[in-house]
Order: sequence, then structure tokens, then C-alpha cells
Amino acid sequence: MNVIRAVGRLWLVPVTLVAWEIATRAAGQPFFPPPSATLARMGEMWLSGPPAHLLLTEQAMSDFGPSLARLFAGWALAAVLGVAAGVAIGCSPRLSGYLDPLIHLGRAVPPPLLVPFFLALLKLGTPAQLATIVFGIIWPILLNTIDGARTVDRQHLETARIFGFSTAQRLTRVIVPAAMPKIFAGLRLALSLALILLIVAEIFAGSGGLGYRLLSAQRTYLYADMWGCLVVLGLLGYLLNSAFLLLERRVLAWHRSARQTT
Amino acid sequence: MLEITDLVHSYGSHRVLDGVSIRAAEGELVCVVGPSGCGKSTLLRSVAGLIRPTGGRVLIDGQPVERIPDNLAVVFQDYSRSLYPWMTAANNVALPLRRRGLDRRRRRDAAMAALDQVGLADAAEKYPWEMSGGMQQRVSIARALAYRPSLLLMDEPFGSVDAQTREDLEDLVLRVCAHHGMTTLLITHDIDESVYVGDRVIVLTRSPARVAADLPVDLGESRDQIATRQLDAFVRLRAEVGRLVRGGSPTPTVLEKH
Repeated sequence: MNVIRAVGRLWLVPVTLVAWEIATRAAGQPFFPPPSATLARMGEMWLSGPPAHLLLTEQAMSDFGPSLARLFAGWALAAVLGVAAGVAIGCSPRLSGYLDPLIHLGRAVPPPLLVPFFLALLKLGTPAQLATIVFGIIWPILLNTIDGARTVDRQHLETARIFGFSTAQRLTRVIVPAAMPKIFAGLRLALSLALILLIVAEIFAGSGGLGYRLLSAQRTYLYADMWGCLVVLGLLGYLLNSAFLLLERRVLAWHRSARQTT
Repeated sequence: MLEITDLVHSYGSHRVLDGVSIRAAEGELVCVVGPSGCGKSTLLRSVAGLIRPTGGRVLIDGQPVERIPDNLAVVFQDYSRSLYPWMTAANNVALPLRRRGLDRRRRRDAAMAALDQVGLADAAEKYPWEMSGGMQQRVSIARALAYRPSLLLMDEPFGSVDAQTREDLEDLVLRVCAHHGMTTLLITHDIDESVYVGDRVIVLTRSPARVAADLPVDLGESRDQIATRQLDAFVRLRAEVGRLVRGGSPTPTVLEKH
């Protein structure tokens, strides 16, 4: 039943691919290679390696390895910083009074504009790239955590006071779990932003990685390579989001069910 | 054990409590009943130390309440917001016990014992949202029991459950409070319930609240949902409390002002 429904929803994908194939073949433009050529090139670039390496080529390692490492490192760093700062600010009206204007100013700066700044401040390559990613994606995490920590149910907090919870208990057992649904919404948004900023950072501030590959393919007229990068980035974004949704469903099982029953 | 003397509280210029004095002896179950919005919850929150009253004094075991005392537990009306939905029943009950210096296993044992007392030994691993309202309120009561307070405060504890569950919970509270010898202050707007559950009934006046009457309940130790409610003494007392809650004046034959 589920399979039939999934197929029912997915039929548009092959239809689009076929239409695209026909259109690009008919047009015969070098800028728009047919999907079949793009796919073949992708296989050649990344999946023609030895079986011992799961068919991954050297190039796949050097394209995906550093990119994924930067993506996850940046995301994790932003998560830790954003949640820690967000809980602190959300719990303290004074702190949030001071910092709210700064946060909204910082959030309004388009993160790619800061690449030159980070390049001047930090070393070219990973440090500047990580700084760009973290600065760009921390805002949804920070703002959602602040909101979540600020709006914990009053009775949850009073119960904690009545039973004399320590500060650590109040934070880890009450405030953070209560804010978790909002924190997760922020983390998910940040994950998709991280992919965008990763590419921006790699195009402007680095050598190696998918963004760099994309740029150099475009500059050397390797359009099938360039399209391959685009396709793989789309797939990557889709996979990351799906994996995150699975995680969220597990961690927030209480939240979904509690909302259904009350 | 509990001495509330001349308690006054105002929100801005709006006076809610106007010199309320209540005493409860060790092990006594005192019901506070009054018209809705008369300041019952403010009274409870002052006793719990959640708010600082404008004037007057609250002593628990001779100690003035300034911060939240560590020998006090509260059962709130709204169980769905009092239990933590991200924890199982057992963890909800066990969490406050860290303060008692128990290690993990002993906390767990104490939680299981308390859940057993409220008849929920089988539901220890359930989450609050997997339980009915009555069950959740039982967990809330178990949490208070496991904490072993010398004073238990209950704020309309049966206000949000159906009639049958309510009767079960009333009997449960009577049983466990007697068993632990806990001093209990139970706040309710339900006249019938205050007489059925209480050793004494304190009637508050309309806002700003003052004590209208302090009535002893002479119905004996053991009570029964059907038989007790048929007793003449019960019917008379209920009528008297009802009259007082509606602002009537005390009847000399029933009233024994302390």
C-alpha cells in the first residue's frame, strides 16, 4: 500500500527527467547537457573507483570528504553555541534586553558578505569557511532556542521550584527538553542553510570540496561536471533533511504524541 | 505545624487576601473552600513560597516561609502541565528525590513504591500523554508522596477529572494522607468535597478573602462515598458550608469558632 502511494507521488520525477532529456538533446546546447550525460559523468567522476573503496574514486574522497566534514563541523559548532547562548538569553530577561538588538542586527547581515571579513581575520581555507557557516546558520538556532527557553510553561518551572531542582537539573531536565521542539525546528533550518553557506564558502574562500569543484568545472567549460555537482548537492540536501526528520521523530516522540492527545 | 497569621496580599491596589489566619495541627487535613476567584490560589502560593505576600506571616514547623521550604510538596490542579511530558511516570516521580540525596537505585525504588501506593505500579514506564487524566493526577500525587513532605498542598486537585475518578482520588488522598500522617492543606471550590475529605473546613469570604468560619468535621476517621454522604451530620455540615460560601451568616448550632 505504502509502496503504491510512494510510486504515485514519485511519477513526476521520471517524467521530468525524460522531458529534460528530450529537450536538451533537441536543443544541442553545450551549456545544457542531457541528464544521461550528466549522470554518466557523475559515475565516472565519483563512482568508478575500486570495489574496496565502495567504488568511490579519489576524486569523490577529495570532493565530498572535506565538504561533509566542514558541513557537519559547522553545523555542530553552531548548534552547541546557539543552544547554549539561547538558553542563557532565554532564561535571563536582563541578558535578552541587552542582546536582542545585537542579535537582530547580526541576523540581518547577509552571511556571504562576511566572507571577505573572515578572510581578512582568519586563515584562508577551513577556518574562514567554518566561520562563514557558523555565522550564517546560528541565527535560527539561537532565536528558536531563546523563544523556546523563554516560553517554558509556568507550571513546569513552578514545579521545579517547589521540588527544589538544582540549576543544572532545571536546565537539563526542564528547560532544554521543553524548548526541544523549537530547537529542532531551528536545527533543521540551519542544516539546509549550512549546505548553501558551505558552497558559498568553498567558492570564495577555499580550495577543494564540492563548491570549489563546481566553480572550477564552470570555469573550464566542463558543463557535465558542473551539472553533476548541482545534482549531487540537491541529493545531499534531500538526504540530510530526511535523515534529520528521522532523528527528530525519535527524539520528539513525546511532543508529537502529547500534542495529539491534548 | 502550619500557622498562617494575618496573611494579606494585594496585586497592585487590588486586595486579594485580607488578613487570613489558618492553623493546621500535625497530621491534620484542612480543606479551604471559598467562592471562585476569592484568592484561594494566592493563599496556596503564599504558603508554598511561590509569591511573597504583602503582609502577614506563614510558619511551617515554627520556621517562617521566606523561600520555598524543602519539606513541602504541591499537587496542582492542571496535571497535564505539572508532569513533564518528556519523562515516564517513574522518572517524573523520581526526579525530585535527588534533593533527598538518594542514589539512582534508591530513587527508582522510592518512585516505584509511591506509584504502587496510588495503584499505578504497572504504569511506571508510561508517559503522561499515554495516561488518562485521573492516572496523571495519581502520578502527581505519587510524586508528592515519594518526596515525603511534612506539608502537602493541593490546589483543586480533582478539579479537572470526571466524577467517578474524582471519588476514587478523594479516597486515595484520604488513605495516603492518613497513612503518612501528612499535614495537608487542600484547596477546593467544591463544598461537598471539602466536607467529605476534610478534618476541618475553612470557609473563605468573597474577595478580598477573610476566614468566614472554621468548622470541625465530626465524621470519624473512615469515610465512605455512599454511607458518609448520607449521614445527617454530613448533610447538615454541607448545608452550612454552602450557606457560608454564598455569603450567609453562620448558624450558631453548627458553628464552633476556634
